[in-house]
Amino acid sequence: MRKLALNDEILLKIEKPARYIGNEVNSVMKDKEQIDIRFCMCFPDVYEIGMSHLGIQILYDMFNRREDVWCERVYSPWMDLDKIMREENIPLFALESQDPIKDFDFLGITIQYEMCYTNILQVLDLSGIPLFASDRDDSDPIIIGGGPCTYNPEPLAEYFDMFYIGDGETVYDQLLDAYKENKKNGGSRKDYLKKAAEIEGIYVPAFYDVAYKEDGTIASFAPNNSHASKKIQKQMVLDVTNTYYPQKPVVPFIKATQDRVVLEIMRGCIRGCRFCQAGMLYRPTRERDVEVLKQYAYNMLKSTGHEEISLSSLSSSDYTKLKELVTFLIEEFKDEGINISLPSLRIDAFSLDVMSKVQDIRKSSLTFAPEAGSQRMRDVINKGLTEEIILEGAGQAFEGGWNKVKLYFMLGLPSETEEDMKAIPRLADKIARRYYEIPKDERNGKCQITTSTSFFIPKPFTPFQWARMYTNEEYIARAAIVKHEFQEQLNRKSLKYHWHDAETTVLEGVFARGDRRIGKVLLEAYRLGCIYDAWTETFDNEKWMKAFENTGIDIGFYNNRERAEDEIFPWDFIDIGVTKSFLRREWERAMRGEVTPNCRIQCSGCGAAKYKGGVCVESKN
Amino acid sequence: MKARIKFRKYGVMKFIGHLDVMRFFQKAMRRADIPIAFTGGYSPHMIMSFAQPLGVGVTSDGEYLDIELKEPITSEDAVNQLNQVMVEGIDVVSFREIPDDKKCSGMTIVAAAKYQVTLQESFKTSDAIKRIPDLWQEKVVNFMNQPEIVVLKRTKRSEKEMDIKPMIYQMETDKDGIHLFLATGSEQNLKPDLVMETFLNYIGEKPEEVPLHYHRLEVYARKPETPATMLRNQGEKATADIGEQFVSLEELGEVVR
Repeated sequence: MRKLALNDEILLKIEKPARYIGNEVNSVMKDKEQIDIRFCMCFPDVYEIGMSHLGIQILYDMFNRREDVWCERVYSPWMDLDKIMREENIPLFALESQDPIKDFDFLGITIQYEMCYTNILQVLDLSGIPLFASDRDDSDPIIIGGGPCTYNPEPLAEYFDMFYIGDGETVYDQLLDAYKENKKNGGSRKDYLKKAAEIEGIYVPAFYDVAYKEDGTIASFAPNNSHASKKIQKQMVLDVTNTYYPQKPVVPFIKATQDRVVLEIMRGCIRGCRFCQAGMLYRPTRERDVEVLKQYAYNMLKSTGHEEISLSSLSSSDYTKLKELVTFLIEEFKDEGINISLPSLRIDAFSLDVMSKVQDIRKSSLTFAPEAGSQRMRDVINKGLTEEIILEGAGQAFEGGWNKVKLYFMLGLPSETEEDMKAIPRLADKIARRYYEIPKDERNGKCQITTSTSFFIPKPFTPFQWARMYTNEEYIARAAIVKHEFQEQLNRKSLKYHWHDAETTVLEGVFARGDRRIGKVLLEAYRLGCIYDAWTETFDNEKWMKAFENTGIDIGFYNNRERAEDEIFPWDFIDIGVTKSFLRREWERAMRGEVTPNCRIQCSGCGAAKYKGGVCVESKN
Repeated sequence: MKARIKFRKYGVMKFIGHLDVMRFFQKAMRRADIPIAFTGGYSPHMIMSFAQPLGVGVTSDGEYLDIELKEPITSEDAVNQLNQVMVEGIDVVSFREIPDDKKCSGMTIVAAAKYQVTLQESFKTSDAIKRIPDLWQEKVVNFMNQPEIVVLKRTKRSEKEMDIKPMIYQMETDKDGIHLFLATGSEQNLKPDLVMETFLNYIGEKPEEVPLHYHRLEVYARKPETPATMLRNQGEKATADIGEQFVSLEELGEVVR
């Protein structure tokens, strides 16, 4: 029987001890004497969130296929345990072996959102690993970061030994082999970092120097070590069918946010919405073979025992074999009590038909994400959803028996006017009117149109990377305009409006496009006690504002100015395929309100074609 | 066909709460290909019911769940298939067919449970066990010889005095631990920690300073021919042949060959 890192007294005192004991179905145990490399994968948030992440499951499976590697997992201890570990000096441990993280060769941290950054420091701190990479020695694990936030890793540069830029399926073997080789040859930590820097896609921040102009923008960004290359190539798995996919994902005992089989049907998106970072980062769009997906669905349901399966992609409706796959899933598994969930589907006759088969119409709601209220604004963001399409989809759904609709919008988009804001409630009202056109005896009571707005955050590698953001007060004022306009609507009693607060938006904005210098705000915030910033119950904006004050970092510099065309961005050293000139062209088209067709209609020459795969070569096969 | 599954819960699994154990078994049924029956409707769920929930921290040799099957399966196959998909800390002990009638099926029949309470070296682990002090043997006898054992039962609204003695069918001690045989179930329910808390107070110990581990040994139904009234107010005589009035849930089922 494994010995747990935490004693019974602690485990019986804290919330959900199952977060810390491991032992889950399909978790992997190995004999540590028989392996060469111990790798710990971390999602720096609470267990239930971290266990819902597909990326870690893929890498966990991939690493553990190697006989010389044992990959384990660790998540952020929740606040209750965090306190106890600090008081009693208990080092953070991995779930499988329950061994301290400090004893590992690697700690891999997936960085999915900006508001988890203080939790990264928490994980390092509780592990007893120096926070700054420069303070670490040969006894410390190599700290490697991956995931979407590493497309601008600079705010975290000083805390990581290296970042892996791109799909995890490509160069990890090389990276691990180089580690073994270096260890065998008695090489130092620095020797290994040099070797790693030579591997495509690996960024070692210590090997680069940044200089700044007087106005605070970057003057130069260049390698200071001959092993480091000027540009880091995004890693890309071109054939997403013949690659790693976990057939036996780990099944948590407690209910995770994603308590189901996740079937990733494709990577990337053909749409080119100008605010969307994922849509640019993961170009070109690559589909998984439908026959393989059917087999995966079967295998994963069997190995996990989950009662639900969900398709995952940025835009499922664009998967060419969607009809075939969904029909298969329904026919094969519906009678076995398996739920089928289909997020990110466009509302049309097909999806309504499918939804009526897999869910209870009376209880379920339809989701539209027009993202902007006016057609002008939707053209600016290149969201190819028109009012006609929305009203047509909603109309069909209402006639099919649905009466609940959810709408998602963004506020604070580039060039947004008061008219654009007011168009949001007006669109919601038009949908309600469409519902009440149905004769009273044929409809299902009142309708419920729920509108949510979030505030737009410009992200690196999007056409909007040059855009300015607004202040907290300005965002709230915009939400107030929308709220007021809702009260003016004819069907206001059927309309509900929610908006997110703007405090975290401002911080996310700073970290999304920040440079190396803001790493110190992060550390200061952590020292002041900030942690679990993605959680409303623990987020403390006052402490964050104090951290900015103490470090003299100006939020306005990062958020509230439109960047010049020739400004050097902190993330310019990464080559994602999509070129800066294409993004600039898209920014200019946006300002003229011109839409750009999707990848299947016409190639717009974004630059991703250099990878010679996916949708870029589809029609040529 | 209805079946009853008996399982053990030990080791790190003692930290998994009752609801999560239910979820674990729902998934295990699918992994093990047990032909379990579902309810109808839009969100069909497995026909499955658990006996008496076990508290977090408590281990057990006698946990039960009843399921309904859509086609038959032998006991041997079911036990093997289930054990192949269990985790360390949960073992399936038996799988038996139970009659459809109310007297044997459904978890409302639970009437008693047997526990072993051990004394731990510290609150930190249940692995290091201490001998029960010899003096306790006599103290337990004295405790049980009281005419009544009154406790304060707190509910949301009020506090009320209650005599728990009739619900303690047996309380004995030897060097390994204290053995409790307690009324359990929907009709009357007495938790072992309440008994121990009351006992420790009685002998002048502070319950919060005495680390105890609770282990459930078995869960019982009342033998169909034993009316409830026979058990009450019989004093020592009832205690002596108490075992004969109950039958373990497992024994109500039959092995499927």
